[in-house]
Amino acid sequence: MKTRVVVTLKPGVLDPQGKAVHHALTGLGFGGVNDVRVGKIVELDLADGTATADIEDMCRKLLANTVIENFRIEQA
Amino acid sequence: MKAAVIVFPGSNCDRDLAVAFRELTGHETTMVWHGDTTLPEGLDIIGVPGGFSYGDYLRSGAMAARSPIMRAVADAASKGVAVLGVCNGFQVLTETGLLPGALMRNAGLNFVCRDVGLTVGTSQTMFTSRYEDGEEIVIPVAHHDGNYFADDATLDRLEGEGRVAFRYAGNVNGSARGIAGIVNDAGNVLGMMPHPERMIESAHGRTDGRRIFEGLVGALS
Repeated sequence: MKTRVVVTLKPGVLDPQGKAVHHALTGLGFGGVNDVRVGKIVELDLADGTATADIEDMCRKLLANTVIENFRIEQA
Repeated sequence: MKAAVIVFPGSNCDRDLAVAFRELTGHETTMVWHGDTTLPEGLDIIGVPGGFSYGDYLRSGAMAARSPIMRAVADAASKGVAVLGVCNGFQVLTETGLLPGALMRNAGLNFVCRDVGLTVGTSQTMFTSRYEDGEEIVIPVAHHDGNYFADDATLDRLEGEGRVAFRYAGNVNGSARGIAGIVNDAGNVLGMMPHPERMIESAHGRTDGRRIFEGLVGALS
């Protein structure tokens, strides 16, 4: 069971990496980019039937730092 | 007096911290491997050193915080054993939840490696008792992820309870309210990004960090 966990910085938390990427995109001539936020994707190959609650537990205990990050679980 | 330093794969300030403890306690420091599940009996001080534990995989300190020994460190901290986390050690302590907040990428994106001015936030902790409130000292930093973040309620609580141990005199990394180091609510756990162990003897150029260790040893004697 392929599962993706998308980890993003919470709104309001400064993302200097996103700002640098935004700056570089503007420098490459791409206009109309209003904002850039950089996150990460963790791909999990899980045993079939793994409970969503367990995946959420993995996110809270390790994959995301909920002080600064949100997470979203995407199941194929 | 017994001190131990935790060693993770990728720690690189573990020996410096061990030397600082040895100098001030007069006893050899015990090095404890991250995969161990127990700490030596009768410890007074635990050092969580700087470095790049687990190559900073996932987030700085994230993997180290889940290593077997950190459960024992958390248990010891809850029983009042003094814990000093420096740089990556501070990151590990926030990731374990022993200290509030998180340490993010420096706002300027640069790795900052130089001596910085700090203001002592409080002299009312076992770590900072040898400083004056508001005293300016100089201690080196060397980090990429030292940008302290916590929500406003947490920051207000830290300030209201006198738990901000050190602030940057000039904010080098974008930290919320210039915070460079904090203590837990019981006052026995200090996390700080600057490296006091790198300024403990005259050969280091300055000795501004020495008083942290002196204060700690004095308080525990």
